[in-house]
Amino acid sequence: MYAFDIERPTTLAEAVKHMAASEENQALGGGQTLIPTLKQRLASPEKLISLTGIDEIRGICEDDAGRICIGAATTHAEVAAGATAYPALAALAGNIGDPAVRNRGTIGGSLANNDPSACYPAAALGSGATIVTDKREIPADDYFEGMFATALEEGEIITEVKFPVPQKAAYMKFEQPASRFALVGVFVAKYADGVRVAVTGASEEGVFRWSEAEAALASDFSAGAVEGLSLSGDGMISDLHGSGDYRAHLVGVMTKRAVAAAG
Amino acid sequence: MPQVKMTVNGKPASGEVEGRTLLVEFLRENLGLTGTHVGCDTSQCGACVVHVDGKAVKSCTMFAAEAEGAEVLTIEGVAAPDGTMDAVQQAFQEHHGLQCGFCTPGMVMSARALLAENPTPSEAEIRDYLEGNICRCTGYHNIVKAIMAASGQDVSTIAAE
Amino acid sequence: MPKDSGIGASSKRREDVRFLTGAGHYTDDIDLRGQAYVHFLRSDVAHGILKNVDTSAAEGMPGVVCVFTGADFAEVGGLPCGWQITDREGNPMQEPAHPVLAQGKVRHVGDPIAAVVAETREQARDAAEAIEVEIEDLPAVVDMKAALKDGAPKVHDDLTSNLCYDWGFVEENREAVDAAIKSAAHVTTLELKNNRLVANPMEPRVAVGDYSRSTGESTLYTTSQNPHVIRLLMGAFVLGIPEHKLRVVAPDVGGGFGSKIFHYAEEAFCTFAAKALNRPVKWTSSRSEAFITDAHGRDHVTKIELALDKDNNFVALRTETHANMGAYLSTFAPSVPTWLHGTLMAGNYKTPLIYVNVKAVFTNTVPVDAYRGAGRPEATFQLERVIDKAARELGVDPVELRRQNFITEFPYATPVAVEYDTGDYNATLDKLLEIADLAGFEARLAESKKNGKLRGLGVNCYIEACGIAPSHLVGQLGARAGLYESATVRVNATGGLVVMTGSHSHGQGHETSFAQVVADMIGIDENMVEIVHGDTANTPMGMGTYGSRSLAVGGSAMVRATEKIIAKARKIAAHLMEASEADIELKNGQFSVAGTDKSVAWGDVTLAAYVPHNYPLEDLEPGLEETAFYDPSNFTYPAGAYACEVEVDPDTGKVTIEGFAAADDFGNVVNPMIVEGQVHGGLAQGIGQALLENCAYDEDGQLLSASYMDYAMPRADDVPFYRVDHSCQTPCTHNPLGVKGCGEAGAIGSPPAVVNAVIDALQRAGRDVTHIDMPLSPSRVWDAMNKG
Repeated sequence: MYAFDIERPTTLAEAVKHMAASEENQALGGGQTLIPTLKQRLASPEKLISLTGIDEIRGICEDDAGRICIGAATTHAEVAAGATAYPALAALAGNIGDPAVRNRGTIGGSLANNDPSACYPAAALGSGATIVTDKREIPADDYFEGMFATALEEGEIITEVKFPVPQKAAYMKFEQPASRFALVGVFVAKYADGVRVAVTGASEEGVFRWSEAEAALASDFSAGAVEGLSLSGDGMISDLHGSGDYRAHLVGVMTKRAVAAAG
Repeated sequence: MPQVKMTVNGKPASGEVEGRTLLVEFLRENLGLTGTHVGCDTSQCGACVVHVDGKAVKSCTMFAAEAEGAEVLTIEGVAAPDGTMDAVQQAFQEHHGLQCGFCTPGMVMSARALLAENPTPSEAEIRDYLEGNICRCTGYHNIVKAIMAASGQDVSTIAAE
Repeated sequence: MPKDSGIGASSKRREDVRFLTGAGHYTDDIDLRGQAYVHFLRSDVAHGILKNVDTSAAEGMPGVVCVFTGADFAEVGGLPCGWQITDREGNPMQEPAHPVLAQGKVRHVGDPIAAVVAETREQARDAAEAIEVEIEDLPAVVDMKAALKDGAPKVHDDLTSNLCYDWGFVEENREAVDAAIKSAAHVTTLELKNNRLVANPMEPRVAVGDYSRSTGESTLYTTSQNPHVIRLLMGAFVLGIPEHKLRVVAPDVGGGFGSKIFHYAEEAFCTFAAKALNRPVKWTSSRSEAFITDAHGRDHVTKIELALDKDNNFVALRTETHANMGAYLSTFAPSVPTWLHGTLMAGNYKTPLIYVNVKAVFTNTVPVDAYRGAGRPEATFQLERVIDKAARELGVDPVELRRQNFITEFPYATPVAVEYDTGDYNATLDKLLEIADLAGFEARLAESKKNGKLRGLGVNCYIEACGIAPSHLVGQLGARAGLYESATVRVNATGGLVVMTGSHSHGQGHETSFAQVVADMIGIDENMVEIVHGDTANTPMGMGTYGSRSLAVGGSAMVRATEKIIAKARKIAAHLMEASEADIELKNGQFSVAGTDKSVAWGDVTLAAYVPHNYPLEDLEPGLEETAFYDPSNFTYPAGAYACEVEVDPDTGKVTIEGFAAADDFGNVVNPMIVEGQVHGGLAQGIGQALLENCAYDEDGQLLSASYMDYAMPRADDVPFYRVDHSCQTPCTHNPLGVKGCGEAGAIGSPPAVVNAVIDALQRAGRDVTHIDMPLSPSRVWDAMNKG
């Protein structure tokens, strides 16, 4: 790693001030992706601003609209244990990485990084969540801008994520055998006003909504409704672990399984 | 360089660290606690697992500075002061749950974390929980068996007993 | 009845306590006063001409002690190759230089260009980034067959081509084999790959070089399976240090699996730099660095043809393999696809005619050398796969086809130059069918079908040649070393023993099992025996641990030395009891005079040896210490039968291992618990090869699977509880313990069982799939199911 300093603010205001001090400063969530990246010397921040000591952005609650609101510095393990009102989300969090990673990794860190194979982007997009920052609220549909790209501006800090709770939902992950990240992960959520299907791991554009499946499921929320739908392998990630066509095929399989699991 | 203070295996520990100093480096190099190992650089192998404030974490993926004020438990702090090994350690020896010993400290720390959460885990639950701990020697058979035994389950019917 | 101590007892491992309490002492735990750290600047291209290496900026960086480049090693020896192969024409293989730091050219991603020694690791790395390297890129050769085409870029300009050797075995049989295949009733042909693997012991390699101005002695602490071999190779061939001025220490080593046999550049560098700089120099590999510097394993491309007569008897076998050597010849690389592979092509079967051709090829990839099994898994895989395919083509039971062709009489001289001393392949197969519950397969198949899964069963046999190796034989085959082992048994005055062995334990539990043997021979408590290994300063010589040789060869040396101890102790006891030596009996640590109640304890005798007040000084020297060297007269031949049951998810192609059973014949067994553990570990590695592990390069020679993010290591949930059995025992006839070796069996025998099982599952489901190359990842299985 290149040399850098670490700041450990205890209030959001302090963190914001640190982030504003230099464009070379970078927020540090649980560090489960950032630290390996730093080890490879792929980033050279001047300072890391650790967000895990800020109590005001940690924890799970419910807002007046009945949304599950998760502080950005809440760990995956805490969401797995605490998001009882949204079982599909808790289950997703409880299957990210491994137990030690879940004890450090945070929802804010995962969404800020927007790894194309991460789980949380599928949950956020699939739930039509709202990403709250120190500056504004960003609907999930506007937040994800492709692999590792988000609507976050320089220095902007995610503080909270608000998830509307669906009637039914499930996440199905087909793991890449080495990294155990999603080779394909599909989050399906049925709301009163429609169905959302978000796919991670598959596309070169990062997490995306499979609108064709959403339309089919809106009128018939059953695995059978997805039968016959297919995605093109073009634009899908093609690598050692599977071709674009294989990933496209898996999206269909995982969608069906998610619908079946959602009940 | 900034100073960091924490409690390690029940004793106060402090030292000067850089921002980039990892917790595992602080433990191994500043404190000489070389029982915690580094087996990869992508946070997957789990040889470096220690407990921070009671939770299993990968000490190669956490900065020493982030452990300021924390209670850290490493493999050196697991056995009783008189050297008596705890139930997990004893079961690993009894059931041959280790060979070269390099992944073992992380395995023991993960196993202890699992049993704290789930006192009688099933075979499948153990295998799932160990996703972040790679062993190249044992083929996992005797590790899983040892953890089941440490939790008081009867392992006499497991294949190849 | 299980024994509770000595040979045959599952004694709990004494080494466990230190490993379980964080008191293990691995090389990276060694920090020496004044130590500096080295970071290697490595090539990020697979092939290129080093035009310029400018270290001037790096030299001025904070903390930098010294920057070394190839120029500093121009007069230093290269890394030697320990085995020379003679090709079909009788010519020696092409053997390129292997410099410690690149000379003029880089030949694989990871080839070291420069080395920065600095006060801290990060400073060394910082400065390495400041080195300006100008490389003229050359096209890389990665594919072996492309590398052999006319006009292909040459990895080594001074060689005539990228062909290291073209080996034929047994060359005299070639025409007869061709003729037999031509006239056979049935010929089954299979083309396959044995996938390139990375050994991945969990402890990355580490080297710490030290030099004493006081004694003029260099010391290397290193993660090695064979410190004496490193001392010999590095001292004699690379650095020119006499062995009496060079000490190599391999303390606790966190697994090896072959990858820590070889002499590596980093070892030579740290030893060299420590003397040059007069301070200790340490290198700790990161896992990322390990992927591009540890020798890889396997990587064969093979076409095999099995000819059968009208009664399904095997009549001839022909196999043609391209074996990847990588960019340089690693220490034992040339022996792996040849003598460790061709000699096993008979397998468990009485095929009368066999011809093996191997073309070893240089490519712009990391060197390839022995990995758990080394050549024998490659032989077993192709043979057991082609037999399975033949059975399916002929519509016969694959188990019965094997049984019909088993070798049943021993000793048996194969047509590929080895003589199996003992074995009973029907016994292990019968045992397998029992423990794998083959009778219950149909019911399990029906259950899988109900759940929408495809179930398959794969069975295969294996044989290996272990206990490496008779020196006179391997000398004829091109080995540049003897493959004996040594042991010194030192008895202390108070009766305790220290056994210094040249075998090295890096997970195998020698400290426990070796002590069991010696204690059993004398009849004393195991805790009175201490096993010391891993330090050239202690043990006279050692060829180390690999090829499942430690107990068969190292254990035999220890037995011989202990026999000498007992012989001398018997003389002392006879003197103490004023009896004839011929009447002295040793039992349970007591010497007694036959037919009398006279006895002296072990401790009385050992005390007399060191306090010789009442001692036959005119006939016998005081003291009690003996050394023995043991050179085996033959290989040992562990064998067995394995069965795997899988389920395939037809929607995703994902394969899950539902059951795995292994019935092995290891001859006599010293510690059943440890033996079973060795098999378990081997099975996981074999299952890993079959389903998960894939060391892949792109066409430019960039490693695609360069970390655990892309190289799939078997994890706890990839494997089941295994059913293993070693009750079929035909003791080795030619070593004193009757042991055969168990370290590699699991990794040798398991890949074909897994692949046979997947093919079985697909064919039962009506899919026309006859082969899938390993690893059988979900995408590959799905592609195979949905092709066309």
